[in-house]
Amino acid sequence: MSELSGLYALWERELKIYLRERSRIVSSAINPLLWLFVFGGGLGSEFSVGSVNYQTFIYPGIIAMTVIFSSIFYGAYVVWDKRLDFLKEVLVAPIARSTAFLGKVLGGVTDGVIQATIMLVLAPIFGIPAGLGFALVYVVLFVLVVGLVSIGLIIGSMMESPEGFGLLSSFVTFPLFFLSGALFPLSNLPPWLSIVTFGNPVTYGVDAIRGLMLGTYKFGLLVDLPVLVGFDLAVLAVGTISFRRMKL
Amino acid sequence: MIVEVEGLRKEFGNLVAVDGVSFSIGEGEVFGLLGPNGAGKTTTLHMLATLLKPSGGTARINGFDVLKQPAKVRKSIGMVFQEPSSDDLLTGYENLKLHALLYGVPANVRKKRIEEVLNLVGLWDRRGDLVKHYSGGMRRRLEIARGLLHSPKVLFLDEPTLGLDPQTREHIWEYVEKLVAEQKLSIIITTHYMDEADRLCDRIAIVDHGKIVVLDTPENLKRTLGGDIIKLEIESPNVKAVESLPYVKKVEAQGSTLYLTVTDARSHIQEVLSLVGKVGGVELHPPSLDDVFMHYTGREFKEEGEEGGFWERAMTASERR
Repeated sequence: MSELSGLYALWERELKIYLRERSRIVSSAINPLLWLFVFGGGLGSEFSVGSVNYQTFIYPGIIAMTVIFSSIFYGAYVVWDKRLDFLKEVLVAPIARSTAFLGKVLGGVTDGVIQATIMLVLAPIFGIPAGLGFALVYVVLFVLVVGLVSIGLIIGSMMESPEGFGLLSSFVTFPLFFLSGALFPLSNLPPWLSIVTFGNPVTYGVDAIRGLMLGTYKFGLLVDLPVLVGFDLAVLAVGTISFRRMKL
Repeated sequence: MIVEVEGLRKEFGNLVAVDGVSFSIGEGEVFGLLGPNGAGKTTTLHMLATLLKPSGGTARINGFDVLKQPAKVRKSIGMVFQEPSSDDLLTGYENLKLHALLYGVPANVRKKRIEEVLNLVGLWDRRGDLVKHYSGGMRRRLEIARGLLHSPKVLFLDEPTLGLDPQTREHIWEYVEKLVAEQKLSIIITTHYMDEADRLCDRIAIVDHGKIVVLDTPENLKRTLGGDIIKLEIESPNVKAVESLPYVKKVEAQGSTLYLTVTDARSHIQEVLSLVGKVGGVELHPPSLDDVFMHYTGREFKEEGEEGGFWERAMTASERR
């Protein structure tokens, strides 16, 4: 019982802090819009992908970008909790380390889903019709974000300083983003690089979101979702272990 | 016995931080671990709080073994850390609610308990303010309230007044004394302030280099010195003349200052002064814990720089995000 109420408490804390820091929400909405206008609009006026124009093509990719960056960066708050010593308060409480980890994950997932929602609400403005598929987009986003937040938290649990976190997380974030098909169709890549993209879990997230929004799949939901769920389970397991090992 | 510690050890690589510490604490007792920075006090406390695994020895709190039943130990203790550990983007009330949920305080008593502990530390009126707008002393008090919220058997106070100004320290002491009077719980205090230990603790363990040097009540500790301290400012002391006096227990010269440990110093001071030579200044005081520390360790109690002091931490904390 106290595990459940503890989980709820940790999630509520993250949500309150997120909502109290409006700058975080605003900046998380502005960056993707910049990408859409500058990259999608500027570059996209020159060409299109298949039958869709470039700006529309990258829209799902930009949603994925939003959640990649915010989810991984969210791990920095573990580093802050360490510095702030708030983490000690959590770790000395009679709850399991896995609960402490899951509470953090839920908090990060909430942040990520709120940010993705902003992007989804704006989609019709960019000529992407809102349909029934959007509900499923949420499911995909949720599954994708759980994994990404876990990666962020794992990095956060290993690092002592925000600088160290920044360094290591950007090392992870950029390949995840650029090798996911968010900005270009993967079929144009040289074969050796496409193998790398197949190993990137975000690729399947982007494929699923793009498929649901624009109707163009590469793998299909039946491949994408199981891969993402498998990815989640793996990083959740690693995350629990890394929280258990985390030193104060 | 609510706390039983036997042969507790902690090694970090080659460094022995805690070297076979044993003590026990009764119900309602205030127990002090007193020693310089780096003596192993906080490490001991963290082992008792199940935050660190001991390298050897055993410890039981409220009958639960820290290694075998950590969850039950955690429920039995309230911890007030050396560094501020509340979330400054939450209000005081929200911090306590979070704590109540983490400790599984039942919903029907939660509100009442939060109100009780906030009133106890005088923060009920400020419950709706974000913690970042609290002063250092208020934050400390909030964390003491938080430590009490789940009605623990033992409260751990790790350097409760480190880095606080004298007035705030006095306040915190008053709150702790009030707690002892009203709440009937055992308290372990670590401190490197002699006056703090002297004022608050029923029994004190003086810790040095990871070992307990001596353990007794503050009164007994001071009594073991066998007299009061007379401090004399003197150019050329006639040490021999006073050394042979039957009531002089100990003579120690440091530069132009002479320290005498004298039984019943009040009635003998006249004779001492007449024998010792021309005196520039006199001071007479009952033995303090400072004197006790010097007696047992042969060293003066040096206050090293307070690295990681409360305020420093509070400052860095407020610059986050």
